[in-house]
Amino acid sequence: MAYPYTHPSEVRVLSKYFGDPEARTLKGWEARGGYQALRKALGMERADIVAEMKASGLRGRGGAGFPTGLKWGFMPKKEPGKPHYLVCNADESEPGTFKDRELMRWTPHALIEGCVIGAYAIHAEHAYIYVRGEFFEASQIMARAIEEAYAAGYLGKNILGTGIDIDVTLHIGAGAYICGEETGLLNSLEGRRGEPRMKPPYPAIAGAFGKPTAVNNVESLIAAAHIVLNGADWYRQWGTEKSVGTKLFCVSGHVKRPGNYEVPLGFNFKEFIYDVCGGTPSGRPVKAVIPGGSSVPILTADELDIGMDYEAMAAAGTMLGCGSVIVMDDTTNIVKQVRRMVDFYAHESCGQCTPCREGTAWAAKILRRIENGRGTEEDLDTLMDISDKMSGKTICVLSDAAAAPITSSIQKFRDDYLALIRRNPMAAAAGFAVAGD
Amino acid sequence: MADQNPQTETVTCTVDGIEITVPKGTRIIDAAARVGAEIPHYCYHPGLSSPAQCRLCLVEVEKAPKLVPSCSATVADGNVIHTQSEKALQAREGVLEFYLVNHPLDCPVCDQAGECKLQDYVSAEGPAMGRTREPKRVLGRDDFGGDVLFYADRCVMCTRCVRFMREVAQDERLTVVQRGSRNVIDTFFDEGLDGNVWADNVVDLCPVGALVSKDFLHKARAWDLDRHPSICPNCTQGCNVRLETRDNQVMRMKPRHNEDVNSHWMCDYGRLNYSWINRGNRIEAPLVREGDRLSPVTWSGALTRLVDLVRGAQGGARAVVSPFMSNEDVGALRRVLDVAGFGGGVFRVEQGEEIVLPGFPTLALRNDRAANVHGAELLGFTRAGAADATGGLEEAAAHTGVLFVLGDELKDAPADFGRNAALFVYVGHFLTSQAARNAHVVLPATTFAEMEGSFTNVQRRVQRFWPAVLAPGMARPAWQILGVLHAGLTGGEVPATPADAFAALGTVRPEFAGLDWAELGSQGRPLPEPRALAEAGD
Repeated sequence: MAYPYTHPSEVRVLSKYFGDPEARTLKGWEARGGYQALRKALGMERADIVAEMKASGLRGRGGAGFPTGLKWGFMPKKEPGKPHYLVCNADESEPGTFKDRELMRWTPHALIEGCVIGAYAIHAEHAYIYVRGEFFEASQIMARAIEEAYAAGYLGKNILGTGIDIDVTLHIGAGAYICGEETGLLNSLEGRRGEPRMKPPYPAIAGAFGKPTAVNNVESLIAAAHIVLNGADWYRQWGTEKSVGTKLFCVSGHVKRPGNYEVPLGFNFKEFIYDVCGGTPSGRPVKAVIPGGSSVPILTADELDIGMDYEAMAAAGTMLGCGSVIVMDDTTNIVKQVRRMVDFYAHESCGQCTPCREGTAWAAKILRRIENGRGTEEDLDTLMDISDKMSGKTICVLSDAAAAPITSSIQKFRDDYLALIRRNPMAAAAGFAVAGD
Repeated sequence: MADQNPQTETVTCTVDGIEITVPKGTRIIDAAARVGAEIPHYCYHPGLSSPAQCRLCLVEVEKAPKLVPSCSATVADGNVIHTQSEKALQAREGVLEFYLVNHPLDCPVCDQAGECKLQDYVSAEGPAMGRTREPKRVLGRDDFGGDVLFYADRCVMCTRCVRFMREVAQDERLTVVQRGSRNVIDTFFDEGLDGNVWADNVVDLCPVGALVSKDFLHKARAWDLDRHPSICPNCTQGCNVRLETRDNQVMRMKPRHNEDVNSHWMCDYGRLNYSWINRGNRIEAPLVREGDRLSPVTWSGALTRLVDLVRGAQGGARAVVSPFMSNEDVGALRRVLDVAGFGGGVFRVEQGEEIVLPGFPTLALRNDRAANVHGAELLGFTRAGAADATGGLEEAAAHTGVLFVLGDELKDAPADFGRNAALFVYVGHFLTSQAARNAHVVLPATTFAEMEGSFTNVQRRVQRFWPAVLAPGMARPAWQILGVLHAGLTGGEVPATPADAFAALGTVRPEFAGLDWAELGSQGRPLPEPRALAEAGD
């Protein structure tokens, strides 16, 4: 099957059934070996599942890369009468990301399995899947799959006669970037404004409805099911020492074959772009690549010869994030792209924290002015300074995310800015320092 | 020996080089305040939860990876905190510049100017010049209902108002709508804050000029106001307040913090009911009846005459007092009545629904709508009349001996009120009713706002107030007038100060002797229980 594009270098573990509509149904899923992981997990000790997860080295696939086993290990001891919750973060709202959507569209039962395993491991009897509001098709498919799973006894009371009760509820968000931040998501789930919470307390102590909660990404939970079924050592065959396993990468922008690709972590980034994705469609040189979603620093074409893993990306001054690769060729006006991104963050800021509320909107206005040929070189200093004052000073990292493309683009693509600034007819007259004059 | 009581567990930290030991759980911002370091803040308020969202109170804590919001972080043992380090100051300067990106800087027409935390903080720690060249966001104004007007552009989004209505008033009428820099506070329905008697507290809480009082709108500049500690006279709760005056006029009443009485809050009924203090038609000189008319005389003339009149009168003495008069006034009257043969006295008080503040249930708008009902009762006067403070004057009207009226305006009294009395003395503020004009002697007394004195509140707490405006003409505190009269009748001491007048209350009610005037301070003290007095022996 040629789900949009595949490549021989891929290792298709999670994405094996992408493009196979049969896998969506309960029957089809069972025929493909589905629900074996769930059966196995419910026969295991809870602590063993967490230990297996720690041994596998699986790291959260939502962007932060926090070890999943460790997260589950942080859950407090279960006290009678005090429920625990598992929340699956399916709000996939990072611009450029579309892996969770595809996972839910093609393999909804895999996510149900993952949710049951995760819920069981952390003593939760209720798992919520918080789906992004715009995912109409994915949420319909998920809803149908949950119904099927209930009917088949994989969910609800006394699952498969084990005496274990786990419910799964699908919650459809209203479409807000900030609800992908785990505590913003929890507030939204509870019916409040989607505003991130001050941490501590972390969700493991006081999460959904004030109860101990683990929030996991779709891809992490599905990977967890594979690890339970096949063991930690099996999973460690892929990836690097600290970045274990395979990961879905979502490629968009100026590439011949955009789409989802599952490759082992540590895969060479340059090879990935030029070989797996086929390079730019026009054959023009790549100018810039955003490796992990719009909130990570931009890389130039010269910086691509690195591994696609958490450590190598960090060493290159950027982040693996959630694996959404946006490729731009040399026809791209970086200032326009950054302005578009910062507009997005200004629009999506929840507005709680002053540096983010005011900083994102202010930066967007300055970028728009530069884009319109009314900028000055001073504006770049101002932008760098605003970015600094937005970073690390707020409740969540949305403003850090907005600052990353600004600072990295000014550092790496200053000429793009200066070219626009030189167009400013007022600058020279007003006595502003304009490069080249 | 380890202390088992978690309440007394302490931690020691260093703030700006000063070592300080505080109870465990103390916020950094409060610990810093103890060593005199004021950390700028908006969203934090001691009476509300702290969401740590304004990001202005960031301080540097050694070994912490990031700057720490001092309003939500509590002190840990061994913390080394720098409130004025370069990193902290830079962060705060940055946040202050962000506030100015969209702020209209309309200080010249803003009521908050002069007491605005944005002005204060920006001039203390903000950037010398803003770098914004972009057009500002414009949101406009909104009438929030009640006394509250909202200037959205001035708002700093601290959400204190939203949290007050949610957590303290427990009547969610405000919320944040929209997101990002389009964020704006709004009401849910057209009614807005209308009908919630605690709504005006959001104006006090607002650190900038976003929420302003319609009553105070464009009335006075903050720097022209003189602020005087006082007690709200409008119900028996006795909220601690500041009377804020300009040109000898009360411009507004604001709550003053007292955790035992009203915390940081007060009700709109009390707050907005002050204009009577500014009334102009006051009695300005002692008046003595000569035939059909009342003629102004000197104080010594009036009082010497009055001593003779009281001495010569028969048939005992009765009185009508106002529960707006101080303990000292009512007590001094009681002492005079005792000399003349006390035959009973009444007070009349307006009553209304009691409205409790759910988030601070010690505080309520009490049903008795006058400050010193309990003081008057303790000093031997009884309640009379209807819930609208009318009627109940029959016995006084029929009295044929000496009749004193203290403070009560007698608006509803019959036109011949006091005609039966051998001697009718009116000590008060206004000579607006025919009944009051029947008096043989009229003596001008000061209101609570013009004198020093005390009220006894619903918790039997005695609280002092201080003069805020000058008394009109020859008006004097009633305790002084009646104290001189008492001294004239008995040959005793003349009270020279309110402390003397307060000390004299002990002879009427022994509980008062258990309190010392100076020790009442600005926060008041509860009266000892009668039983406690009995156990103490003498």
